[in-house]
Parts: sequence; C-alpha cells; structure tokens
Amino acid sequence: MSAAAFTGTNVMDIDAAKVRGAGSNVHFDKVSVAYGAHVVLHPLTLDIAPGEILAMIGPSGSGKTTALRAVAGFVRPASGRIRIGATDVTDLPPYERGLGMVVQNYALFPHMRVEDNVAFGLRAQGADRALIAERVRDALGTVGMSAFAKRLPRELSGGQQQRVAIARALAVRPRVLLLDEPLSALDAQIRRNMVEEIAKLHRDLPGLTILYVTHDQTEALTLADKIAIMRDGRVCSHGPTGELYRRPPNRFTAEFLGRANLLPVTVVEAAGGKGFARAALGDTTLASAGRDEKAGDRSLLCIRPQHLSLTDEGGHSNRISGLLREVHWQGELTHLVLDVDGTAVRVSTTRLPIALPEAGTRLPLFFAPADTSLVPEDAGV
Amino acid sequence: MLVWSRSGRLVLWALFALVFGVLFLAPLAVILLSSLAGQWNGVLPSSLTTAHYGDVLHGSAGDAVKASLVTGFLASALALVSGTWAALSLRLQGHALRRLLGLLFFIPSAVPSVSVGLGLLVAFSNPPLLLNGTVAIVMVAHFVLISAFTFGNVSAGLARLSPDFEQVASSLGARPGYRLWHVTLPLLAPYLVAAFGLSFALSMGELGATVMVYPPGWVTLPVSIFSLTDRGDVFAGAALTMILVVATLALLLGLERVAARASGS
Ligand SMILES: Nc1ncnc2c1ncn2[C@@H]1O[C@H](COP(=O)(O)OP(=O)(O)O)[C@@H](O)[C@H]1O
Ligand SMILES: [Mg+2]
Repeated sequence: MSAAAFTGTNVMDIDAAKVRGAGSNVHFDKVSVAYGAHVVLHPLTLDIAPGEILAMIGPSGSGKTTALRAVAGFVRPASGRIRIGATDVTDLPPYERGLGMVVQNYALFPHMRVEDNVAFGLRAQGADRALIAERVRDALGTVGMSAFAKRLPRELSGGQQQRVAIARALAVRPRVLLLDEPLSALDAQIRRNMVEEIAKLHRDLPGLTILYVTHDQTEALTLADKIAIMRDGRVCSHGPTGELYRRPPNRFTAEFLGRANLLPVTVVEAAGGKGFARAALGDTTLASAGRDEKAGDRSLLCIRPQHLSLTDEGGHSNRISGLLREVHWQGELTHLVLDVDGTAVRVSTTRLPIALPEAGTRLPLFFAPADTSLVPEDAGV
Repeated sequence: MLVWSRSGRLVLWALFALVFGVLFLAPLAVILLSSLAGQWNGVLPSSLTTAHYGDVLHGSAGDAVKASLVTGFLASALALVSGTWAALSLRLQGHALRRLLGLLFFIPSAVPSVSVGLGLLVAFSNPPLLLNGTVAIVMVAHFVLISAFTFGNVSAGLARLSPDFEQVASSLGARPGYRLWHVTLPLLAPYLVAAFGLSFALSMGELGATVMVYPPGWVTLPVSIFSLTDRGDVFAGAALTMILVVATLALLLGLERVAARASGS
C-alpha cells in the first residue's frame, strides 16, 4: 500500500491545493535571478513534464541551487514566471506551493523524533491525527525506516537521515519533489545504494515530478529521464539522458557528462542520408556519426573511454594510434592515458593484452563509427 | 594551542592557578572570611562567627533578596522577549540597517550605568511619563542595561542557525508563526536560556543605575550591600554578598540544567 499511498491526488489540505489541483509539470518561463547587479541565472526556459525526473547538473556555482530555490519560493526571480501545473506560483509564498524539498545536509529538525519530523508538514497544515499517523507510517515504510520512528536524528547514520528527509518530504504528498544534491554528503558506497533506492522510489511513485540537482554525472545518468546541463547561469544543453550522452551538442556537455575524448578533426565528407561522415585526424580518416557538418568544417570527434579498444574487434573499423603515457590498474577496470597527436585520450578497458603495456609504447586503438559523434568545434556557451 | 611537554603543561597550570586564584578566588575568599569574622585586626580574623548572617537575615535581607530576584526575573524576561524579537526582525532587514540598529542596542552598555540611571530619572520625572519613585523605573533601568546582551546572544544564535531548517519547514507548508514556534525558537533554545542566565546575573549585581532610581521599599541586594558597607558595617555587607553569590550561582546552575534539557543532551 505504501507506494499507492503517494500517488493519490485527493489531498486534504489548505492553500497548497491551489497548486495540486492540476497537473504537476514545472515550467520555467524566462526566469532570471540576480543578486544586485550580479546575474546568477540568465533567462531560463525549461519544462519538466509530469512524472519526469529532470536532473540539473553542472559545476559548482553554475546556478543549479538558485534555479531550484526559485521553484521552492526562496529566491525571487528578477523576471519571468514559474508555473506548477496550471498555477502561476511566482508570487506564492513557499508554504503555499505544495512542494517537497530535500537539501544536502538533510536539515532534519534535531529536537524532533523521526516520526515527528515526518509528521511536521501535515501538522503544520492542520491535518487530523488519524491521517497523520497513516501517512507517517506509509512514508517511513516507503523509505524503509519504520523501525526508527522513535529515534532522534542524531541517533541515525547519514544515509538513514537522508531517507527520513525524503520521507518527510513525501508525507505531504507533494506534486513536485525538489532534491538539492541529496547524496553529496554521503560516502561513495552508500551513495550508490541511495541512487538505486531513489530510482525505485520513482518507479513506485510514477506520478511524482522530480527536479534533481547534482554535480555528479553518475547520479544524473542513472536517475534522470532528462538532463539539463548548467554552466555560468545558463542551460548549455538539455535533452533526454541517453541522447545527450550519445550525441552531446557541444564540447562542455561531452566533457562534463561522461568525460568524453574529443579529437580535433576536419570533416572530409558530410554524412549524407544515413551514412557516416568522414573526418580527418592528421593523416587518418575516420568514420563518425555526424550532424549537419559540411566538408571542410572543423569539428571534434567524440568517443567515450569505454568504447576504445586495444584489439581489433568486429565492426571497429576506425583505427588510430597513440603513445601510452599512464596506466592505472583498478582491478575491474584499467584506465590508460594515451597521447594521440598531442591530444590526451583516455581509455577504460576490462580486457587487456596478456602483458600490461608499459608507458612509452605506441599502441593502436580501435573503435566503431556508431560509438562516435561529431561535436561542433565552436559551440559552447 | 596545545602544549605537549609535561613541564610546559605544568607551567601553564601554574599560570592559570595564579591568575584565577589571585583575580577571582582571593576577593571571594576575603569576603567569605569577613562575613564570618568576629574581629579582624591582623592578617586573619581572630575569631569566627555566624552572627552577621543572623543579623542580616533578621534585618532586611529577605526583602532585598526578593527585590533582586523579582527585578532580575522580570527585567530579564522582558529583555529576552524584546531582544529575541529585535534579533528576529532585524534579520529580515538589509545589512546596513541591521549593523546600525545592532550597534544602537549596545550603546547603553558603553555608558556608565550611573549615567543611565540619571538619564532615566530625568526622562521619567514629568507626567505623563512619571515613573520616579516606582518599582517600574528599577525594572526599566535593568532592562535598558541588559537587553543588549540578550539581543547579542540571540543574534549570535540566529547567525549560526542554518537557513535550511526554516526553509524546509516553509516548503512543507508551515506558515511563519507555526515555523517560528515549532522550529526557530526550539532550535534557539540553548541561546535563549544562556541569554536569560546572563541577563539575570547582570541584573542581580547591578548597582550604579539602581542606586540612582530605587524607591524606598525596593532595595536590591547590591544597594543593601552598598549602604551597609557605606555605614561601616563591612562584615554584614560581606554576609549579604555571600547570600547574593549563592542565590546567583544557584540560579545559573538551575538554568544550565534547563539548557541541557532544551538542547536534548
Ligand atoms: N545569497 C546570495 N547572494 C549573492 N550571490 C549568491 C547568493 N547565493 C548564490 N549566489 C551566487 O550565485 C551563483 C550560483 O550559485 P548556486 O545556485 O548556489 O550554484 P550551484 O548550486 O550550481 O553550485 C554563485 O556564483 C553564487 O556565488
Ligand atoms: Mg548548489
């Protein structure tokens, strides 16, 4: 019952109902934010569909938190409107927006037990006791924390506190859940588990729209339906997760999302019809999935570290060679860094030749045209 | 700074004992001894007696303790409420205004308390603000002198409070009043208790302004002590001082327990 409990739309409460009445998409309409003369968010137009997880990722200081806090109502846009469902919430105070918010350091109320933390929103909204008890039970069940209802926050581990923080946000049945770097205070192992749990949570609550702010590309790639990449207060690319990863529209996206290798090439032959474009890297001609490049354009050939192979396999018709600079053996994976005509190229491989190659060796690298894409050289923000 | 060597630590401890012993304990010890002295002509009292305690307790000590406790409690409570209120509302103001008002709050503590008393006396000596000769003017004097400290304490607490708590509360649907009562104030509790304790202690020892404004029938402990010693009744003054010290200590220890419970440790 726990899962179904959160997807209900018939919510008891007060003014937040204004927001909940219709749909749960989030719409940024040319929203900009400035602190004094310092513009930290340039006019942003973005739509998050109902039930979608949008990950907003970007380096620290790029304006992600600012965008999220504008939705929550803690930052006043200098211009533009924000709509949740059919309601323009730009002028509504935070407590009338009907959102759930989870912050990096959890911010559990230290003087309240777990169950009182989870009950907080409903109590504040004046829900009746029976409903509160039921919702608290459901929310704690959903995050697997039922056994800890009577604990104080300081008696919980970081991961457990984060679950309680999520339960607290879910208990008010928000139409939109705002998560601001929810996992960055946790260590790597727990973070991986929590990412999976949030994914599961969203499978259980498919109607819940989530804005997930992070600087961690793994979290974004694992969880998000769509990704918006932020840079210096602007969205520099936005699209379905897989597409953005396979076909990054610019250099920043390619490097930020999955640390792609980018080889400077000159287009020799455009990708007419369905075929691959042909591009020259020095004397070598390579086949690559293209966009709308014309012959003669300078471009970047994007190839991921895990798609480069040291051995010639079927379909890997592209071949380059480079001077081995570094070898990092990590058990499961081996990371190599090669110098290919002056460009550092990273290779991650599970399979190595019998003997680990030594630095200074010249090695061939093979890859499939289908694993590549061309990224325009001059794009970026 | 941590000192690791054994001799280094010994020297530090000796220095600490010297400073603490000479500056804090010696005056107290002398007062304690005087309060118990029958005769004191040499280096130490020649005989000990509890007669001074009997005298002051039979005299007006009870009234003085009551006047001090009531004044301290009411003035501190008032200062706590207004200091907290001021700190909370100044938080919403711009940085410059906040600095200015924050400074203004501290002016009374920079002025000699006698002058504060004199100022009040003059200001409240004419109708419609005629407070001279009332208990209220004593409260007002204490309030003026201690509110800077409650304000300072609560502001410090607020500055250390992560805005996340209140923002999460708001996003969960808590209106400002509910949020203040159920989140902000409980999180500030340790600072509120500390502020109250500090103001109470300050009020218990306040003399300069009180001497200027106190009405007959509302003689606080410090004023009684002052008049006893002024009359040459040093031993009785010492006994009354010990009563003041014990009352204040008991109060502060009690508050400390309240604070410990409030912060949940
Ligand atoms: N209250 C504030 N006053 C002034 N500048 C701010 C404030 N909050 C954030 N900024 C600035 O806005 C920019 C974006 O911040 P933020 O949205 O927190 O970035 P991110 O979450 O992507 O790390 C930063 O340059 C930061 O210094
Ligand atoms: Mg941030």
